[in-house]
Amino acid sequence: MSAVTFQSVSRRYGDVVAVNNIDIEINEGEFFTLLGPSGSGKTTCLRMMAGFEFPSSGIIKILGEECSKTPPYDRSVNTVFQDYALFPHLSIRENIGYGLMVAGIPNQERQSRINEMLEMIHLPDVGGRKPSQLSGGQRQRVAIARALINKPKLLLLDEPLGALDLKLREQMQIELKKLQRQVGITFVFVTHDQQEALSMSDRICIFNQGNIEQIGSPDDVYDRPETEFVASFVGSVNLLKGEQANSILNDRDTAILRPERITISSDKQDRTSKISGVIMEQEYLGPYIRYLVDVGNDLTLTVNQANLGHLSADQRYSRGTTVHLDWADDAIHRIKGTPL
Amino acid sequence: MNNSTVMNAGILRRASTWLYINPRYFLAVLLLPPLIWLGVIYLGALLNLLAQSFFRLDEFSGQVIHEIGLSNFINLFHIANIDIILRTVSMAILVTMGCAFIAFPIAYYMARYTSGKTRALFYLAVMLPLWSSYLVRVYAWKLILAKEGVIGWIFYSLGLESVLNWILEIPLIGGPSLSFSRLGTFIVFVYIWVPFMILPIQAAIERIPKSFLEASADLGAKPHQTFWRVIFPLALPGIAAGSIFTFSLTLGDYIIPGIIGNSTMYIGQVVYMHQGTAGNLPFAAAFSVVPIIIIGIYLALAKRMGAFDAL
Repeated sequence: MSAVTFQSVSRRYGDVVAVNNIDIEINEGEFFTLLGPSGSGKTTCLRMMAGFEFPSSGIIKILGEECSKTPPYDRSVNTVFQDYALFPHLSIRENIGYGLMVAGIPNQERQSRINEMLEMIHLPDVGGRKPSQLSGGQRQRVAIARALINKPKLLLLDEPLGALDLKLREQMQIELKKLQRQVGITFVFVTHDQQEALSMSDRICIFNQGNIEQIGSPDDVYDRPETEFVASFVGSVNLLKGEQANSILNDRDTAILRPERITISSDKQDRTSKISGVIMEQEYLGPYIRYLVDVGNDLTLTVNQANLGHLSADQRYSRGTTVHLDWADDAIHRIKGTPL
Repeated sequence: MNNSTVMNAGILRRASTWLYINPRYFLAVLLLPPLIWLGVIYLGALLNLLAQSFFRLDEFSGQVIHEIGLSNFINLFHIANIDIILRTVSMAILVTMGCAFIAFPIAYYMARYTSGKTRALFYLAVMLPLWSSYLVRVYAWKLILAKEGVIGWIFYSLGLESVLNWILEIPLIGGPSLSFSRLGTFIVFVYIWVPFMILPIQAAIERIPKSFLEASADLGAKPHQTFWRVIFPLALPGIAAGSIFTFSLTLGDYIIPGIIGNSTMYIGQVVYMHQGTAGNLPFAAAFSVVPIIIIGIYLALAKRMGAFDAL
C-alpha cells in the first residue's frame, strides 16, 4: 500500500494555481523529498498532506484512506515545522508530551515515553528547560521528538534544516537519515536545496510552477533528467540546444553534459579530444577548479577539474590558454521529448 | 557670516563625533531629561503624597499639623471607609472581567482575521472614542441610560419593559433607572476602558505565529484544546497588561460614579472630596495610597498565577 497518494490534486488561490493537477505515489518506509524553488508548490503539497490546507480538486489518500478534507487532528501524520513551532510557554518535556497530553494519555505513561524520546534525540538533560534556552540544533531535535511521540505513520518535514548553519546542517542530514532507518516510517521532506535532496532521499519529486517535472531516484534526476528544468535545477550543467548541440554532437536534440564529466588538457598530442577552446575564467573552489571555456559558436562550457593535490597555482590553466576538452560518449544525456 | 556657519557646523560636527566615540555620554545626554522628569517631578510628587499621608488635620483650626502619625491610616479602617474600598475594588474586578470578556473576541478577530486596511480600520474604531472628551462621552451615556433614553425606548418598543424593570429591581445592581444604578456605572466603566484592554490582547495574539496553532492541531489537539493550551496562555500577558489598565483606572476614577450610579461613594470621589471641599489633604493622601497597595497585591497575584510566564 502507498503511504500517500495524490490523484489529480490541484490547489488554487483565486486565480493563482499553486498546485496544478498532480499525481504522486509515496511508498511506505520511503524517504521522499519534494524539491523545487520557492513558490513551486512543494510546501503547499506538504501542507495538504498535513491537513493545514485542502485540495481545490482531486483526491488525497494516506495509507489507502481518503483524507482530502480531514482536519490535521484526525490524521496519523505529524509535522516538523520550518521554525520548529515549539510552544514557548511549555517546558521541553511538556512540548514533547503535548500530543500525548491532548490525547488524554495518563501521566505515568506520558512521562516514560517522553523519557524515551529524550534518549532517542540524545538530549536526556534538557527536559526542564524552556525552548528559548536551547540552541537551534537542539530545538530541531526536540521538534522531531515531539512529532514522533505520537507514533505517526508519516512524518512531514518542512525545510527543517534551513535555519541551521552549514556544519550543523550536514550533521543533521546524517542524523535524520539514520533516524528514518531506525523508526522505519515514511518521511516526506521539503527542501529547495538540491544537494540536501540528493544526499538524503530515496526518491525526489521535482516541482516547477505547480507542476511535477520528474519523480525519480537521486541518480535518475541527476544523471538522467527528463526536462531542461530538472537538468539545470539539480547540480550545475552544460545545456546544449539546437545549433549548439548540432555543432558538437551532430544532433539537434537538447542534451546535457555535466561539468565534472569533461576532462581538460592543454596538450593535444597524448590524447584525442572532442573540442578545443580558450579559458575565459577560472575559479578555485577547493575540491575542484571550475573553468569557463569558450569553444566558439557563442558556446561556453563549464568544466570542473578535480583537485587531486597537485594543482598548485601555476599548474592551473590561466585565462587565455587554449585547452582541449574530452568526454566519454555516455557523458552526454539527451533530454527526451523536449518541447521545441 | 559664511565663516561662522562653517564654524558652527564644525562645532556641531565635532560634538556629534565626540558623542559617537563616547557612547556612554550620548546615553547620558539622551536619558537626562526623562530622568529629571521621573526623578524630581514624578517620584517627588509621589513621595510628597506619601509624606502628607502621615500628617494630620487639626479638627478645630483646619490647619495641617506636620507631625508624623498613623491616625489617617487608622481612620481608613473605619467601617464606612472599608465599605468604600470594598465597593471600589469589587467594581474594578467586575469591570476588568467585563472588559476582558468583550475585548478578547474583538482582539482575536483583529489579530487573526484582519490585515492591512481592514486592521487599520479596526484600530481606528477602537481608538476613535479616545479622541473625544471623556466627560462628553460619560454624559452621552447618561442620556442613553436615562429612563426616557435609547435603551429604555428599545425595551419599551419591543414590549420588554417588564424585563428592564425586573433587572432594575435586582438589589445591589438595580435602581430607579439604568443611569441611577450600579449596573449603569458598570456599563459605562466597561465602555470607557475597553480600548485599553483590546489593544494589549490584540498585540499578544498577533505575536502568536500561525505555525503554533498548526503544530497544536497537527499533534492532535481539537480546536478547543488549542485555544486553552496554546492561544489563551500566550494571550495571558496581554490580558494581564490590559487588566492593569482597566483595574487601576477604575480604582482611581471619580467622574463616572459621580455622574452615573446610585450616589454611593468610590475611592476616587472620597479622595477628591477630602482634598477639595473638606481641605483634609493628609487623609486624601492616605486614601490614595490604598489603590497603590491594591495594585501591588494584584500584580503579585497575577505574577504568582503565571500571567507573565509567556513574556
